[in-house]
Amino acid sequence: MEYFLQQLINGLTLGAVYGLIAIGYTMVYGIIGMINFAHGEIYMIGSFIALICFSILGLAGVASVPLAILVVLLIAVLFTAAYGWAVERLAYRPLRGSFRLAPLISAIGMSIFLQNYVQLSQGARVKAMEPLVTGGFVLTEKAGFQVTLSYMQIIIMAVTVILMAGFSLLISLSPLGRAQRACEQDPKMAALLGVDVDRTVSMTFVLGAGLAAVAGVLTTLQYGVIDFFIGFLVGLKAFTAAVLGGIGSLPGAMLGGILIGLVEAFWAAYFSAEYKDVAAFSILVLVLIFRPTGLLGRPEVEKV
Amino acid sequence: MTSTELGKRFGEDSICLGAMIKDAGIAALVTLVLAMPLFGARLSDGGGGELQFRPWWVVIAVVTVFAGRLAIILWFTMRKPDITARLPLFDLTVARLSRHKRLLFAGFLFAVAILPLLPIADRWVVDLITLVMIYVMLGWGLNIVVGLAGLLDLGYVAFYAVGAYSYTLLAIHFDLSFWACLPLAGAMAALFGVLLGFPVLRLRGDYLAIVTLGFGEMVRIILINWSTLTGGSEGIAGIPGPTFFGLRFTANPASGETAFHQFLGIPFGSIHKLIFLYYIILILALLTHLFSERIRRLPVGRAWEALREDEIASRSLGLNPVLVKLSAFGLGAMFAGFAGAFFATRQGFINPSSFTFIESAIILAIVVLGGMGSQVGVICAAIVLILLPELAREFAEFRMLLFGGAMVAIMVWRPRGLLTQRVPSVRLGLWPPRAARDNSP
Repeated sequence: MEYFLQQLINGLTLGAVYGLIAIGYTMVYGIIGMINFAHGEIYMIGSFIALICFSILGLAGVASVPLAILVVLLIAVLFTAAYGWAVERLAYRPLRGSFRLAPLISAIGMSIFLQNYVQLSQGARVKAMEPLVTGGFVLTEKAGFQVTLSYMQIIIMAVTVILMAGFSLLISLSPLGRAQRACEQDPKMAALLGVDVDRTVSMTFVLGAGLAAVAGVLTTLQYGVIDFFIGFLVGLKAFTAAVLGGIGSLPGAMLGGILIGLVEAFWAAYFSAEYKDVAAFSILVLVLIFRPTGLLGRPEVEKV
Repeated sequence: MTSTELGKRFGEDSICLGAMIKDAGIAALVTLVLAMPLFGARLSDGGGGELQFRPWWVVIAVVTVFAGRLAIILWFTMRKPDITARLPLFDLTVARLSRHKRLLFAGFLFAVAILPLLPIADRWVVDLITLVMIYVMLGWGLNIVVGLAGLLDLGYVAFYAVGAYSYTLLAIHFDLSFWACLPLAGAMAALFGVLLGFPVLRLRGDYLAIVTLGFGEMVRIILINWSTLTGGSEGIAGIPGPTFFGLRFTANPASGETAFHQFLGIPFGSIHKLIFLYYIILILALLTHLFSERIRRLPVGRAWEALREDEIASRSLGLNPVLVKLSAFGLGAMFAGFAGAFFATRQGFINPSSFTFIESAIILAIVVLGGMGSQVGVICAAIVLILLPELAREFAEFRMLLFGGAMVAIMVWRPRGLLTQRVPSVRLGLWPPRAARDNSP
């Protein structure tokens, strides 16, 4: 039971991170109907920028940990968002209106490009940092097994909940959110009614990249080890989460993320750690076969 | 354009020049923002949190982008008047050449066929072209799936792996020869393709892509972890090479056995085996080519193309989409299986790291860059993507960077690939339509 509880906490934390990245996939898919394959790489770049910022702050002698985290969150989000914007501008916008698979192939190329860009500029070896936030609460203790909720896990969940709340408000209340929903329903009609579709799509990429950057900062703090290849698997799992929750649906992305996180944590704990990735992909396949619209998605009607 | 004309243009369009500089300035500014964190500071490997600052990298990047952007704008502005005359030059050349398609192809084939017998062919050349031909064959195999049937398969390397491991395990555990295993490896891969394809082929294009990608990763993870069968990440060594009608290519054959060089009464040369492998892959690749050239004219091939162009229309005309797609998927997988078996026998050693996603991406890039559905395009793309990086060893570390960049660039500039062939293989009436023919030179 204690073991179960501990895995539940670990799974929720992991799932929160997947959820943050999955939102980027789901928003982009909702608006322009493409899988942004390079989104995992954006997350990876976010992690690198976070680590660089932490190092700079460490060199500058900033002692206050909360301040450091806040500053790094802000800087990483800004720079990563710039990457998200540039990727859309260079690789996807010229392809709007091209044949269906063109953006996906371009995105795969972009993903390879970004991976190697980071590998060349930062080196292929693993980068690590000392944990900044240590310690936590011991919830229960029985027979020598402690169930702990670390401060870092609390931070991850708190940041995720705050961001999700803010994001829901942004989508439902702000003019940008309204424009996004309009473009999602019918980009041509939205353009006719004065919505700047290009700008809305750009902003979607910027927001998605920002959330991925937050996920990057949080995982860097939590696990402390990054390399240029982390984006691939995490991106794939976050995409799985987006599909599981129903692609195009924001609460669905969060729900899917948490489910994938839980499955992975429990699978690694009770079955085998080697096959946890296989478990996540099997879920993707099963969901697509039996419920292609996901848990909270709307069925897609193709009109001829 | 003479210098006075250039000056006049700039004199007239000084506002335009200002706009150009502004545009290039914006691009440079964006580059500054993008380059600052990752170029400006390099993290030390491992822990420690030390940074190495490299302001010059940022400066160089910004200046390069500014100059490059300006050059591109100037180039496009200056050649604007004759843009209609210049643009189709490449296509025109291709069109002119393709009139003598058969002749060119025959000549090319002849050159490839006699190449290993020429004095310039040392071990390195033969081996390199063998490698290129493996990718040509994989490209042609994937072309059936992606180019003809329009199914984006990002896990093609899984079938390549299945073929390679099937051959290896059969050859090592059951002592079967390469030639007995080759069809089995192909059949195994095709079976895998059908089994994996069956549940997922109802999915829409990009979902299918991600699911096949997931399959590819699953196969690799299983290969790594099922170490009792596959040797885990260490892989399997000592895979037997192919035999020439039972004759082995070895310097000192086992007693009672005749080796290839003894049979012919020539001195042993390690290049014999390489040349033999060269001809095997040449024949395998040609078989793949002939197969796909023929099958695209058969009803099933036409069904693939119809489904690619419009799934709903084909379904309403009575095609069973799952069966049609499944056949393409299985046949494509079969050729990957053949190539995999060949790869295993050539290397003599396999491990899961030969079958990563990047491999799938390379094969896909060959198909896409060549122009989906074009057989010749695959050859050109394989030469560009495999041969050039091998020749330019000093740029090896930039290889994948350029590779990813090229994929994006080709999609942006020529979304249909370098050589496009998206006309139906079989058609009614005249083609191209009379009006189009009369206009063409």
